[in-house]
Amino acid sequence: MPVERIGGFELGEKAELTPEEIEEQVRRGILLTRLDRAVGWARKQSMWPATFGLACCAIEMMTAGAANYDLARWGMEIFRASPRQADLMIVSGRVSQKMAPVLRRIYDQMAEPKWVLSMGVCASAGGMFTNYAIVQGVDTIVPVDMYVPGCPPKPEMLMYGILRLQEKVREETRAL
Amino acid sequence: MTPDQLAERVGARYPDVLTSRGETTAIVDRGGLLDALMWLREDAELAFDFLSSVTATDRPQQQLRFWVAYELYSTVHKHRLRVKVGVAEDDARVPTVSFLFPTANWHERETYDFFGITFDGHPDLTRILLPDDWEGFPLRKDYGLGGVGTQYTDGKVMPPIDERLDW
Repeated sequence: MPVERIGGFELGEKAELTPEEIEEQVRRGILLTRLDRAVGWARKQSMWPATFGLACCAIEMMTAGAANYDLARWGMEIFRASPRQADLMIVSGRVSQKMAPVLRRIYDQMAEPKWVLSMGVCASAGGMFTNYAIVQGVDTIVPVDMYVPGCPPKPEMLMYGILRLQEKVREETRAL
Repeated sequence: MTPDQLAERVGARYPDVLTSRGETTAIVDRGGLLDALMWLREDAELAFDFLSSVTATDRPQQQLRFWVAYELYSTVHKHRLRVKVGVAEDDARVPTVSFLFPTANWHERETYDFFGITFDGHPDLTRILLPDDWEGFPLRKDYGLGGVGTQYTDGKVMPPIDERLDW
């Protein structure tokens, strides 16, 4: 277990510890932290996205999950076909007005805690589809935690977006 | 048949025929539409047995505002023909051809969905692509594009596209 990923450790009287000292403490089997930080760390490490491909961004999302980019390196590769088992909804593509109720329903079916990542400019603000048929920003129907720009974003950008979201998840203190 | 041969053959019965860019278009009256399509389908030399598309165009300046276009194809002779019918805005209805060509069923629903043209006698004339509770007919020229403006972090606002461009 890499020690530097655990945030907010508090060990004894000494506030600042060098990584070597922390390794030493871990070897002794003592690790003190706050419950919400431990929970946040655990949530961060198992981010399961819902399979929700909408348009061309979904192709990049699939690429990010496949072998060349390999989202599994950060424990976020298990795309779940059921919203009941998913923590993260990646809105990958433009959302049409007809799709909007479906998207909201899938979001409502996801179990708490849940996060939404708006992938690409179409999901974030309508993008090139400034017209009557497309929802002008998915944040008008679901709360969005992270926006990834691009048309479409490269797999690296999606991975960076999820990593930033993981940092946010680790830091946030929700009711347990 | 080549487009010119088609124009000659169809023009003998429906004189309003034009050929442009290798495509033949015949304009018929609304009352004679069913007869025309029946004849085009049954005639052995023409044999238009497949209706590949039904759509419409909106020309607000013209007295006959909507033009319903039927794209015909012959799987026997491998030639194509377009049949057009003009209807006025206050009387936007044409008879259905779905009993002649079953493919017309969904195409006519789509044309109704986006242009608001009523197809008399259609078995199920409801919206097919848009949500059932949609208001208006989006492909009419007077519908508007929609969209919202974009606010940038420096305070500038880009208006939606139909306010941005001078048509």
